[in-house]
Amino acid sequence: MPNLTEPVPLIETRDLSYTYPDDDPSDDVPAVKNVSLKVYEGEHVALLGHNGSGKSTLAKLLNQILVPQSGEVLIDGKSCRDLGEDDLFDLRKNIGMVFQNPDNQLVATVVEEDIAFGPENLGVPSEEIRRRVDEALDAVGMREYAKTSPHMLSGGQKQRIAVAGILAMMPRCIIFDEATAMLDPSGREEVMETACRLNRERGITVINITHRMSEAVLADRVYVMHEGSMILSGTPREVFSHIETLRSVALEAPAETELLYSLNRLGGDFPLPALDADLCADLIAQRYRETKDHG
Amino acid sequence: MLKDVTLGQFFPGTSFLHRVDPRTKVLLSLCYIVALFCVKSALGMLLCALTLVSFHAASRIPLRTVANGIKPILFILIFTFFINLFWTRGETLLLSWKFIRIYREGVVNALMMAVRILLLVTGSSIFLTYTTSPIMLTDALEQLLSPLKKIKVPVHDFSMMMTIALRFIPTLIEETDRIMDAQRARGASFSTGGLIKRAKALIPILIPLFVCAFKRADDLAVAMECRCYRGGEGRTRMTVLRFSFADYLLMLSGAALIAAVILLNRVPLGISL
Repeated sequence: MPNLTEPVPLIETRDLSYTYPDDDPSDDVPAVKNVSLKVYEGEHVALLGHNGSGKSTLAKLLNQILVPQSGEVLIDGKSCRDLGEDDLFDLRKNIGMVFQNPDNQLVATVVEEDIAFGPENLGVPSEEIRRRVDEALDAVGMREYAKTSPHMLSGGQKQRIAVAGILAMMPRCIIFDEATAMLDPSGREEVMETACRLNRERGITVINITHRMSEAVLADRVYVMHEGSMILSGTPREVFSHIETLRSVALEAPAETELLYSLNRLGGDFPLPALDADLCADLIAQRYRETKDHG
Repeated sequence: MLKDVTLGQFFPGTSFLHRVDPRTKVLLSLCYIVALFCVKSALGMLLCALTLVSFHAASRIPLRTVANGIKPILFILIFTFFINLFWTRGETLLLSWKFIRIYREGVVNALMMAVRILLLVTGSSIFLTYTTSPIMLTDALEQLLSPLKKIKVPVHDFSMMMTIALRFIPTLIEETDRIMDAQRARGASFSTGGLIKRAKALIPILIPLFVCAFKRADDLAVAMECRCYRGGEGRTRMTVLRFSFADYLLMLSGAALIAAVILLNRVPLGISL
């Protein structure tokens, strides 16, 4: 958003680097290298990258689960270096995180008690917790499962509970750390639909870490990471027009764009990228009609 | 196979027993256990059994579930039965064959012991685990034991550990099944060979299971940190426990059960030991 006075980003990183501590320090490869990014309040950002590209490490740096060796993270323009314990928990309350494995993030054996876990840790009064839990359950559409035990739920449902558990802390931003990677297609759909709706209706900032192009397309802005560095950033249209760059880091553009790209190599001249199937079909149909008219 | 184990699991519901304050249930099952150990007469045992049956009715847990819960303790049950049968010496000899001598007292003792264990396990399952969610249970224990905090006993930490352990039982069972399938697909066999061979066959299950459990623990710790967990200090609860009139009544009935059992021990009508 071009603005005369640029707003302060909700999350900003400056030259962030992190290397996992290793027994043998000689072959240490940094997991994250000089990454700078800005995420504004209310945005939906996708962070793309192949396995081992450092995207999950970056996520853990954002909410200070990991502390960077160099560079810094700024929340609302304030540096997160040397945070006191209270500030640290305040930060984690504001920036919630949903992880990959739905089983490994649910603490309680009853859905509603799990959702209450966050606000309980924050010391929220009981009646307020009750209200938040009910509200969070509604927000993810899982009200009827309030008393169910998590291991009876499907993967997608478990992830929605995990999202509700974060929502109950009233965060400003939710990071989805490959939250759809272990789910089946319908589960993926459930989670992405929930994420997009929370972003749209409640203005919650969403950072979706993924290697699925179909999810990245939904974002306002896309960042692409490779071997710890940020190699591309921009709107989905901008990023996915760099097909060669994406291919060089073993990523692909969305299937529609890939199709048009292949057609172009056979002599077509379709404008790139096309991000959804309808647009892609329109383009092809239009070209087909043109050739028929000329022929 | 492993999924059939219902012992120690929670079955969500809305029955009377589900809604009772978990602290009451803890105290009640304590009374029940004390009563079971005080029982010396058949009548007293009958009274305990009746208590169990009536609470089972109030819990609306299917009988099958309870029966499945007995399976894992079947061996212990039979074992103690026979130990008591063969090793109790008494006055009235019923059977004498080679070195085996069975006395009337042995039979009574064995029966009482078997029924006692049976009632103990099914009873505590119905009172506690089946009808109380582990979080409620650990909550109750945490609150009941909170006076111990004064002498620096980490009550909250223990209750948290217990909650997590209980939460992951079904998950780890599923995982074990999956690993067993995977090893079977590689040609492993778990149902052939002698005891030692079978025990050895468990190693390729246990190692991946442990590795996975550690990975899970690590993930969970990070997830808990992300949800602002920092121990028991400053923590509030969604459900605040309050004793109601029914709770006092139930606790009173627990005490009454102990008293009744002790009294029945003195009634000559029962088969006393």
